[in-house]
Amino acid sequence: MNAGARTMPLPFDESAPVLEIKDLNVSYSTRAGEIPAVIDFSLTVQKGESVGLVGESGCGKSTVALAIMQHMGRNGAIKSGSIRFKGVELTKLRQEELRQLRGSKISMIYQEPFAALNPSLTLGRQLMEVPIVHEGVGASEARARAIRVLGDVRLPDPERVMAAYPHQISGGQQQRVVIAMALLSNPALLLLDEPTTALDVTVEAGITKLIANISEQYGTSQIYISHNLGLIREVCDRVFVMYSGEVVEEGTIQSLFTRPKHPYTHGLFGCIPLPSADKNAAPLKPIRGQLPLPHERPRGCNFGPRCDFFQAGRCDAADIPMTPITGDGATPDHRARCTRWSEIDFGATDARGHAKDPMAIGDTVLEVQRMRKYYEVMDRSLAAIISGKRVRYIKANESLDFDARRGETVAIVGESGCGKSTFAKVLIGLETATAGEVRHDGQNVAQTPVRGRSSTQISSLQMVFQNPFDTLNPSHSVGAQIARVIKKFGVETSKAKIRERVFALLDTVKLPREFYYRRPRQLSGGQKQRVGIARAFAGNPSMVIADEPVSSLDVSVAAAVTELLTDIQRRHQTTLLFISHDLSVVRYLADRIVVMYLGQIMERGTTQQVFSPPYHPYTEALLSAVPIADPQVVKREIVLEGNLPSVLNPPKGCPFTTRCPRKVGRICDDERPPVQMAAEGHAIACHIPLGVLREVEPVIAVRRTEARLTRPQRG
Amino acid sequence: MAHATTLTMPAPTSEAALARALRSFALLRESWVGMTGAGIILFWVAVALLAHWIAPFGPNATLVPWQKPLAAFAGNSVVPPGRFWLGTDHLGRDILSRIIWGSRTVLTYAPLATLCAYTVGSIMGLAAGYLRGWVDDVLSRIADIILSFPVLVLYVIIIATFGASPLNIIFAITFASGPGIMRIVRGLTLDLRSREYVAAAETRGDSPWRIMLVEILPNARGPVIVDACLRLGYVTITIGVLGFLGLGLPPPNPDWGGMINEARSMALAFPHMTLFPCIAISSLILGFNLLADGLREISLRD
Repeated sequence: MNAGARTMPLPFDESAPVLEIKDLNVSYSTRAGEIPAVIDFSLTVQKGESVGLVGESGCGKSTVALAIMQHMGRNGAIKSGSIRFKGVELTKLRQEELRQLRGSKISMIYQEPFAALNPSLTLGRQLMEVPIVHEGVGASEARARAIRVLGDVRLPDPERVMAAYPHQISGGQQQRVVIAMALLSNPALLLLDEPTTALDVTVEAGITKLIANISEQYGTSQIYISHNLGLIREVCDRVFVMYSGEVVEEGTIQSLFTRPKHPYTHGLFGCIPLPSADKNAAPLKPIRGQLPLPHERPRGCNFGPRCDFFQAGRCDAADIPMTPITGDGATPDHRARCTRWSEIDFGATDARGHAKDPMAIGDTVLEVQRMRKYYEVMDRSLAAIISGKRVRYIKANESLDFDARRGETVAIVGESGCGKSTFAKVLIGLETATAGEVRHDGQNVAQTPVRGRSSTQISSLQMVFQNPFDTLNPSHSVGAQIARVIKKFGVETSKAKIRERVFALLDTVKLPREFYYRRPRQLSGGQKQRVGIARAFAGNPSMVIADEPVSSLDVSVAAAVTELLTDIQRRHQTTLLFISHDLSVVRYLADRIVVMYLGQIMERGTTQQVFSPPYHPYTEALLSAVPIADPQVVKREIVLEGNLPSVLNPPKGCPFTTRCPRKVGRICDDERPPVQMAAEGHAIACHIPLGVLREVEPVIAVRRTEARLTRPQRG
Repeated sequence: MAHATTLTMPAPTSEAALARALRSFALLRESWVGMTGAGIILFWVAVALLAHWIAPFGPNATLVPWQKPLAAFAGNSVVPPGRFWLGTDHLGRDILSRIIWGSRTVLTYAPLATLCAYTVGSIMGLAAGYLRGWVDDVLSRIADIILSFPVLVLYVIIIATFGASPLNIIFAITFASGPGIMRIVRGLTLDLRSREYVAAAETRGDSPWRIMLVEILPNARGPVIVDACLRLGYVTITIGVLGFLGLGLPPPNPDWGGMINEARSMALAFPHMTLFPCIAISSLILGFNLLADGLREISLRD
């Protein structure tokens, strides 16, 4: 049982930094040869400090975490460099010594909480195992400690959680249990690898706040890995930006976020839809080009080929060292891997793309009236058979009302389970509505499945799907898949004409024509999503539904795809129905917003109306939950308590009543809230009088004394 | 439109398909298990193709009975002299020649029967997995009923009812192994039907059969090919077993299973009569199994 006692205790030096990594190089050996994954990486973490590692996929940030854990799999190896944990060199430890360390002195928290918990053991047993194995304590003491830590991670009713199995609690609660498990052994260092990426925004906000409090409460040092700059800003003291296996810039949050010096970091900020971005006046500016493949990295600066400030002879001459940034209020540990950082004047170039004309809004294309979609569930339990209530309903969409006009972007926002994807399915004809009307181009399509629709109806309503790795058929070439749509909708009939049209579409989505013959697996995620867009627009649709089209793409790729989507929309005067959980993207893209919760519309209005008071309390919480990567933005903090109710058993009154911080009283539980019109086209479904809601302070305020990134102000 | 002038594209030809096939083969070369299997199968295919030239005697020529392996043959007025490398059977037929000619039987009917079984099983599996509902219920229950019979009993019933002929053997094998294939394809289809490219095909109004055959089936091919190799092995056994039970091809056709059956009462006195056909059957089955293992290994590695 007690594996730790048999080996000698490790000679920790409490005065040394918690973690000290020097010149670390990690490589993976693959069929194509040895591939360096992390190059020349140095990092020091002091006690109680939390350090962020940020970068796009494939930049090596997770490999760093695995190297610290000494758990790189069979084909990974540390080539050189040292990793010292409290003065002990980790690279030289034997397996049993590492076991003594992992899970007790160093703990790791992964992205998927459900995969991290054993589904066949109670949470209590899994939690108690940690102190029993590592410290050899008795069952009763282990139990007492587990309950105490569960309280610390703010899980209500720890006794009940101890007795539960993982599937009996929600995703957010599962992640809290995983964090509790990591904290049980009171580790000196906590590695968090995208701990909230799989969670909903409002749940994420709670977890982030919890993680931020941990270092204060436990004195634990943290390494926080994320692709989300906003999150890093909220939880970390210092940040390391990685690109293609190297750190390109490091510094304190304040210094780096206020004055990014490396062109890549600067470019990243141009890709994020910050509150100051606007799709017409200040559009996103994607970083051109693509991440180089690990074995095709250029000489000198890895970012060189994509950099606007590239100088031949200097940037591609030799490996570039990290240089300290001086002056201009930079903190001493702000460093960048750029030879030209002192010469580059970001102010002279626009951080944002060129301004575009706003789109003309035309006639109504889509009208949704009292649309309802219920799913029937047969309850096969004995109690249901006896009581005779065998059929239960999942109310996926309850009385939806809104419309969309030509050339307009309407966003449907909500967290998972809010019914936004169900609505898309009804609209496109994969499901039929239970009641109500969905008029597209004047024809009611609510009860017509796709096979019952005419060819023009089908072709005028197309969809861009969410998952780039799933959206294209891996067995057919890119060209054939686009050509199929053209043929199907009869846009062109002759073979040569169809091919010509596919080439034109590939041009439109800015892909080379050679891609006609490529298989989807030869494409990157962003390229696949571009093909998906080309396919959706191949039949000249009047309306396109985009279901989270960029949510699984990297920041810089997502920016490029978003811009592409708006460009094509602008050219074709297409109506875009944009479905998303990400309010920052929605604020950037949408003209009008529909906020949904548990199948019902909570608030709808123009973007301006939804983002400023009066808010629906749910919108208010959503706005507060979105992390913003701008130190100038001040947010009012609203953390939602409680869980999302089950769709099978929603509250009788307002669906948000169980979590609402502004709940009035019994009326919220018992009565459906009235739809109040705050202004022309701005509807809020809430019991609180509009007058009171108008008094609410804005959630997001911009404290702008200096222009951080030069950009035209919003008009 | 900078691309407008660059219309000189390499058109996709059969060369591209050939290149893909060669690439797949190059992958197989990385697995020595798979290569061994492929080697054994290719050996038997070559034997079957060249039977006319490499068999020392005719398959049904009655020469000298009860000869031990390596016995010399003096020749007669019709047949020139030679040697019975694997001996002769009770009717004086050369066992080596019968094995060589018999490879044609098994290598024709095993793939043919497997193909038929796959066609039927795949279509049923696709329909059940994609259409769901009552189609799934009906097809799955039919499959359950067929699978609840012992396989051997099914063969005996079918062939005893319809008579022993090549067509009926294929029918019996299709009938008995179709449901198993259906279950595999159904499972794969259930997974693949939720992919977004299937939803994309549905939202452009493609017909269900097109979606099943063009969108889903090609993506199920990986596990299906591995299973097909294994199943070829089983079908080889089945054809042998049918021959052994006297339900195979009617005599005097050379058939490995039939050869064992005819010689089994003499197995103690003349072991060579049963031993060599047994080795032939086992080696071919081993070849199919090793190839299947190799293919699985490669598909897992990628």
